[in-house]
This record gives sequence, C-alpha cells and structure tokens, in this order.
Amino acid sequence: MIEIAGVSKSYGTARVLDAVSLSVPAGGLTAIIGPNGAGKSTLLSIVARLLPMDAGRVTVDGLDVSTTTGDVLARRMAILKQDNRITPRLTVSELVAFGRFPHCHGRPTRADVEKVTEAIGYVDLSPLSGRLLDELSGGQRQRAFIAMVLAQDPACLLLDEPLNNLDMKHAAGTMKLLRRAADELGKTVVVVIHDINFAACYADRIVAMKGGRVLVHGGPDDIMRADVLRAIYDMEVAVHEVNGFRLGAYYR
Amino acid sequence: MTVGARGGWGFVLSLRGGKLAGLVLVGTAVAVSTVLFQTLTENRILTPAVMGFDALYVAIQTAVVFALGAQGAAAIDPRLRFAGEAVLLAAAALGLFRWLFDGRRGFHLVVLAGLVFGILCRGLANLLQRILDPNEFSVLQSLLFTRFNVVDTALLPVAAVAILAAGALALRLAPTLDALALGRDTAINLGIDHRRMVTILILLVAVLVSVSTALVGPVLFFGLLVSNLAYLAIGTERHLHTLPAATLIAIACLAGGQTVLERLLGYDAALSVVIEFAGGIVFILLLLRGTRT
Repeated sequence: MIEIAGVSKSYGTARVLDAVSLSVPAGGLTAIIGPNGAGKSTLLSIVARLLPMDAGRVTVDGLDVSTTTGDVLARRMAILKQDNRITPRLTVSELVAFGRFPHCHGRPTRADVEKVTEAIGYVDLSPLSGRLLDELSGGQRQRAFIAMVLAQDPACLLLDEPLNNLDMKHAAGTMKLLRRAADELGKTVVVVIHDINFAACYADRIVAMKGGRVLVHGGPDDIMRADVLRAIYDMEVAVHEVNGFRLGAYYR
Repeated sequence: MTVGARGGWGFVLSLRGGKLAGLVLVGTAVAVSTVLFQTLTENRILTPAVMGFDALYVAIQTAVVFALGAQGAAAIDPRLRFAGEAVLLAAAALGLFRWLFDGRRGFHLVVLAGLVFGILCRGLANLLQRILDPNEFSVLQSLLFTRFNVVDTALLPVAAVAILAAGALALRLAPTLDALALGRDTAINLGIDHRRMVTILILLVAVLVSVSTALVGPVLFFGLLVSNLAYLAIGTERHLHTLPAATLIAIACLAGGQTVLERLLGYDAALSVVIEFAGGIVFILLLLRGTRT
C-alpha cells in the first residue's frame, strides 16, 4: 500500500502540490483523474522517487521512498511514464528482460528468463518477442513496456497516462490488461488517466485532484455524479447509466 | 607496425613498441570514454572532446605552467604532474557538467550547452596561453599539438594502469550502463542510483580523457568516428559488445593509419589531420540526420 502524507512540491513560485495526503490500500485499481495542471503526474513521479519532494513523506509497503535504496524499491514498485525513450535496436524480449534488472543485475538466471517469457505472453506479444521496438505500433510498444514492469514483479504498479496516443481499441485493451494485473496477479495498480469514463468502468477507486490538492476520492459511484464532476472540472457533465456503469457525456 | 623494420630488434621494439603501446592506450581511452559519455548524455553526437573535456585538460596544463612557471612545472615528476592534472580535470568536470547530465534536460539543451561549453573551455585555454610568458609558452606548445608519432613514453606505465582500471570498471558496469541507456526515469525505476552513476561516469571519462590528452594531445572527432562505427558494426546496444568493439576499431584506425602514413607516405602527412577530417564529416552527417528524425 502507498501512504502519502503532507507532500508539497513547487516549481519556482508555482505550487504544484499543496500538502497532499492520500492513502492507497493494497490491491485493486486506483485511477487519479483531474484537469491539466492538477498535479497528478507530479504526485505519481514523487511517489516513484523520480522527483524530489519539497515537504512530506511517502511510504510504499512501509518503505520511505526518500531514504530506501533504489534497488529495494524497484522490487516493490514500478513506474511506467508516458514518454519512454525508444532505444534503437532493442527487441521486445530485450526490453522486457530489463524488468529483471533489480533482481538479477544483468545476469539473468533461468527463473528470470521464464519470468520474461511469462510477462511477454501475458501482454500477448509472444509472436513479436523478437521484433525491434521501433517496428511496433504504438499500442504494441505500450504493451511491451507494460510487460517490462510486469516482469519486474513489483507489488505496486504506477502508470502515468498509459492511454495517451492510443486508439479506443488499444486503450480498452490496456485497461483490461491492468484490470487483470490487479485481479489475477494481485498488484496494486495506480493509473493517472484523463478519460473519466475509463476510470468509471475499470477503477475500484477514483482520486480526483485539482489545483495541487486531492479534491475528493471514493468509488466510481461517488465520483461519477454531475455535481462532483462540476466541482472537479468546472464544466457541466451529464451522467448517464449505461450497462450498469455511470458514464459522463462531456463532448458538447 | 613492424613493416619495413631494419636493424636490431632491440632498437625496433623499444622505439615502435613504445609508440604502438601509446596508440593502443590512446585508442582505448578515446573509444571507451566516448561510448561511456554517449550513454551518459543519451545521444550519439556529443563526445567528451566536443564537450570540451580535452580543452579543459589543456587549460589545466596551461594553468599549471602559468602558476609554477615552465621550470617549476618541468621540475615535477611528469607522472605526478599527470596525476594531479587528471584529478583537477575530474573535479572541474564534475563541477561543470553534473547538473547538465541529470537526465532531466532535453536533448537539444544538452547538445547546445555541450558545444558552448566546448568553446568556453577552448577559449579559457587560449586566454591562459595568450597571457603566458612567450618562453614558457614555447615549452607548453609541444603539449598542445595533436601528435600520434611522438608518444610521451614516460607516462606509459601510469597511463596503462589508469586505462586498465577504468576499462575494467566500465566492463563491470556494462549491464547497468545498458539499463541507463533507457533514460533516467526507466533507469531509476529499475533501481539504479542515477546520481551516483552520473558521478562515476564523469569521473571515468575525465580519467580516460586525461590519459589520451596527456599522451598525444587533444583529439576532437576521433571518438565520434569510432563509437558510431562500432554501433554500426555491432548491431546491438549492449555495452559488453560496444565497448570492446569501439576500442578495437580505434586501435585498428590508429595503428593502421600510422603504419600507412609512416611506410607508404613517408611521414609526409599527419594522422591527426586525416582522422579529424573523417571524424568531422561523420559529425556533420550525424547532425544533419539528427535534425530530421
């Protein structure tokens, strides 16, 4: 589980996070939503120790992310950012093998190789495992990166806008994959996401951020209400129930 | 390098052996430092030389002569002086470049800042040389020209030890370097202490550049040439392969080129000119290609 206590972050005079406190219980899928500039990605990066915080404390499974060595944390938690550098001449299986780095430090054992094969199979890329990354489509590349963090085998999986630049088929596929990681593999999955309807359909919990604070959090039914969405986004969103899911119609 | 050898082997070996050993060491230093540096900066265009490491070393050499006087500088054991200058370069490089390589700067900023830093370092070295006493400058001058056919043999043992140690460490770090090449965020995610790696790499590069500059003087584009040839030839990004490949290519270029120049062209041309010419063209091609992708 992830405990965030009083985390603040400023860039110059702009306060991006203002004493954010939040507790994400173990297991399940948590979606972080909110308008641009709400501090969602910054919060995720701070939890994943990619950014230093100005004040506050974050623990993952009881380990303080500011003081625990990177190596130990890498076996508990993995982050996947949205803009991943594509190293040319790297195959899918080579990329996924990097996920085992925290465990084997570049000297993979038989067990590590099995984990890699398993992760590639899990995201359905087995036929393409020998392909170079720059020969893949955006959706396939995204799945290859997800396979890498799955091979890393952490308890906590953080993903920063994993649906960006994906068409609806691949976006839905990615969310199904993350849902399975939570349900079948027992991972704690935290996703920063822009489309509230994906959050409504796949998340167990939704955290809504605005202006560097957590505005409200709760189950999809607590968040997917016209008055709550108006408070988050400052716009009218009609909420309709479709197939048992509350969906927001915000297009015009 | 034994082509056309006449006379006693004792003489041939001591003269050409020393030169060959020097070229092997320089080739290794330039190749390894460039590959490490390109992993550190996450691009294929910058090299320690373009970034001004060599120029910084020359500036330090100049400053030492400036501070101690030519006679004072000459009085120090050259090995001791080399070690001192290498330490100074490492400290200066850490101070100057660490903030730039924290992995959060964009590609263009790093390249531009790199070129500007290179000019700054060269300007600094030039300034010190201008205000130097002419007599002392003439002593210094011999250090400033790139010369592959006169290797400073007094430094060979120290240089060999430094390069062996740096090379061994680089190979030991090879898997970590592979992960580092995925970018800062991914590297941290995989549990790598990014700040520590950046420090280690800057120090390694500084030591290697000190060795090559002390032995043959500054070489600008040679590293760029051999590292990119190695990436092309090997077809993988694994440092366990690219580091040795770049090293072998560098040694082959230097020893082969020197042989051709000495035996076929009768010392008429300077290897440094040819290598810098070829390397410069590669640099321009890479820049042109880089702007399009």
